[in-house]
Amino acid sequence: MKFKALTAAAALLAVSGTAFAGGPDDDTLVLNGEIEMVTKTAAPEHMENIDEIISGWHFRTDETQALQMDDFENQGMIFVDQAMEVWNTAEGSEGKSCADCHGDPADSMAGVAASYPKFDADAGEMQTVQMQVNDCREENMGAEPWKYDSGTAVNMDALIASHSRGMPVNVAIDGDAAPYWEKGKEIYYTRYGILELSCASCHEQNYGNYIRADHLSQGQINGFPTYRLKNAKLNGSHSRFKGCIRDTRAETFSAGSDEFIALELYVKSRGNGLSIEGPSVRN
Amino acid sequence: MAKGVKPRVKVPKKAAVGDAITIKTLISHKMESGQRKDGDGNVIPRSIINRFTCDFNGQNVIDVTLEPAISTNPYFEFEAQFPEAGEYKFTWYDDDGDVYEEAKQVAVG
Repeated sequence: MKFKALTAAAALLAVSGTAFAGGPDDDTLVLNGEIEMVTKTAAPEHMENIDEIISGWHFRTDETQALQMDDFENQGMIFVDQAMEVWNTAEGSEGKSCADCHGDPADSMAGVAASYPKFDADAGEMQTVQMQVNDCREENMGAEPWKYDSGTAVNMDALIASHSRGMPVNVAIDGDAAPYWEKGKEIYYTRYGILELSCASCHEQNYGNYIRADHLSQGQINGFPTYRLKNAKLNGSHSRFKGCIRDTRAETFSAGSDEFIALELYVKSRGNGLSIEGPSVRN
Repeated sequence: MAKGVKPRVKVPKKAAVGDAITIKTLISHKMESGQRKDGDGNVIPRSIINRFTCDFNGQNVIDVTLEPAISTNPYFEFEAQFPEAGEYKFTWYDDDGDVYEEAKQVAVG
């Protein structure tokens, strides 16, 4: 399949000239020659303005796409390896590691990233993967929580996501999750900043068009945490939200804030049906 | 020793004699260029991998000099002719004197 992606380069050049420039391509994402990913599918019912949801992978160049198709070339996996060391290291007053309770993450963490953020009835709040990890660190390990979207936290997020790759995003938006989802939706359609842009202004009304020299995607977060070529590290979805709102020249919410947790749930639900790709590679 | 350095190599387990095999290598390393300054304005000293070599059964296959402009986590992909069963040996040389090694056996098949 990788062969296809590379040889398709010449054909693509011809096609993208006639199709709209910067739009999604028709390549197929197969991970390590084994896992076929769903990168385009019908939009979930709750979406009013888009018929087909498309992974951000389709908006990248063939070279960047190829990096994500092979775990050896995906530099995000370096950070997953680092998180694996943390996974096996005992920490905190209880002297326990993640592995002591959860064993091999390939078994225990499969499917986790696909269903988070999730309402935690015991805590009475919406929880992201990073919040769940920190709860575990504080309650079960007696360790200090990690700062939201800090290096270690986002690496662990990626380790957990990597074991759900290929599984469809399926976050619950009804029941207890509904008020969070509504709040997230409101933020998504609110215009922020001096430029008065909402998420929808770019990622719903203009995906496939250029924003300066870059392609606008649908802003799906099925590939988070994402390894970005521009900063050579993994980036969490909240940091991405923050960067976007900053670019509208607004005061942003902070990573881990209630606003971003709600927004993460809403944006993730817009990708219900796409495969989890984290750690993906983007530019 | 620089922190978090881990060499990785991907080589086919077996190959036909005379074939050109694709070798991929990646070493996690921050590749500090020596051009940057910290918060107090002091120059952060240069710390990079300055040389990478690959040898097959004692014979050199590739010898690369790396310069400060090379990005973090240097990745090399190259083809090498496979003459006989043996061992590819990979060596990275760090500015601080450390040497990281990795070796892979390839069988005839």
